[in-house]
Amino acid sequence: MKAKIHVTLKPGILDPQGKAIEQALATLGYASASNVRMGKYLELDLNEKDKVKAEVEVKAMCEKLLANTIIEEYRYELS
Amino acid sequence: MNFGVIVFPGSNCDHDCVHILSDVLGQKAIEVWHKETSLSGLEAVILPGGFSYGDYLRTGAIARFSPVMAAIKQFSAEGGMVLGICNGFQILLEAGLLPGAMLRNTSLHFICKDVYVRVENAATPFTGRCEPWQVLKLPIAHADGNYYTDEVTLSQMKANAQVVFRYCTPEGKIMPEANPNGSLDNIAGIRNAAGNVLGMMPHPERCAEDVLGNDDGRLIFLSMLDALKKAVLQPKTVGV
Repeated sequence: MKAKIHVTLKPGILDPQGKAIEQALATLGYASASNVRMGKYLELDLNEKDKVKAEVEVKAMCEKLLANTIIEEYRYELS
Repeated sequence: MNFGVIVFPGSNCDHDCVHILSDVLGQKAIEVWHKETSLSGLEAVILPGGFSYGDYLRTGAIARFSPVMAAIKQFSAEGGMVLGICNGFQILLEAGLLPGAMLRNTSLHFICKDVYVRVENAATPFTGRCEPWQVLKLPIAHADGNYYTDEVTLSQMKANAQVVFRYCTPEGKIMPEANPNGSLDNIAGIRNAAGNVLGMMPHPERCAEDVLGNDDGRLIFLSMLDALKKAVLQPKTVGV
C-alpha cells in the first residue's frame, strides 16, 4: 500500500515561508494569489494489505514523528 | 561535579560545552554518544547546539528518538538537571520535556549575532547567580528560534514562572525591536514546571571565558554548579 501524506502548519500559525512565496508571486505578476501556506509532502510504501491496519499505522507515524501536532496538522491518502 | 554532554550526529557545540566545564570551570565533563542508554554517575546533562540529523523533517524531530533520550527522560523525571542549548532546546521541545514548539524565524534568516536577554526568573538552578531582571549579552545562531505555544500553556507557564529569559534591549526593555526571531512574548529560554530542565536558544558556552571578551554565559554554568553542590548536601533540592 502507498501512503501519501501532507503536513501543514495549523491555520493561525505564522508561516513566513508562505508569505515570502506570496510576495515573490506578486512580484512576478500573480497578484491574484493570496494566503500562500507552505507544507510538506511525504510518500511511503507500507507493507500492509489491510487498509484499516495501514491507516492505524500511518496515523501513528504522523502523530509521533511526521508532524509536530502542536503546530502542524496532517492528512493522508492510502491506495 | 560530573557533567554529560550529549553528542547526536550533527551536534557541533559539544566541544565548546566540554571545554567550558572542564578547562574553565574545572569539572569533569564527558561526551555521551546518543546511542548510550545509561547516564549513571552524571549529576547534570547538557544537550548542546548544532544540527542533529541535519534538522531533517524538523529540527530536533529525529534526535528526540535517539536511544539516550529515554535515559534523559528518566533522569529528568528523577529531578536530574538538564540544560538544552539551541538545538538541545529544540530536541527537548520535540521530546515533550519542555512545553511548546519552535517555528522558523519570522525573517527567514539564519541569525548569528550577540543579543541581550533579561533574566525573568533568577530563582532557578540555572540563574541563581543572576540578579532578578539582569541583562545578559549572549550570542545566538539559529534559523528556528521562533518559540510558540498556545495561549493556555503560555498563561500556565507565566503563572509558574517558567519563562526564564526574554530578548530585550541593552537596557533591559522587552520590545519587538529586540526580538531577533519573532519568538512569542520575546521568549528566549524556558524551564519545565518542576524546574530541573531548562532550554535556551542563546549560547552561554560561547561567552563563558574572559579571553572571548564576554563571560556573561559563565553565570549559567556557575549557577548550575552552585545548585549541584547544594543538592549534594541536601538531596532532591535541584528542582526547587
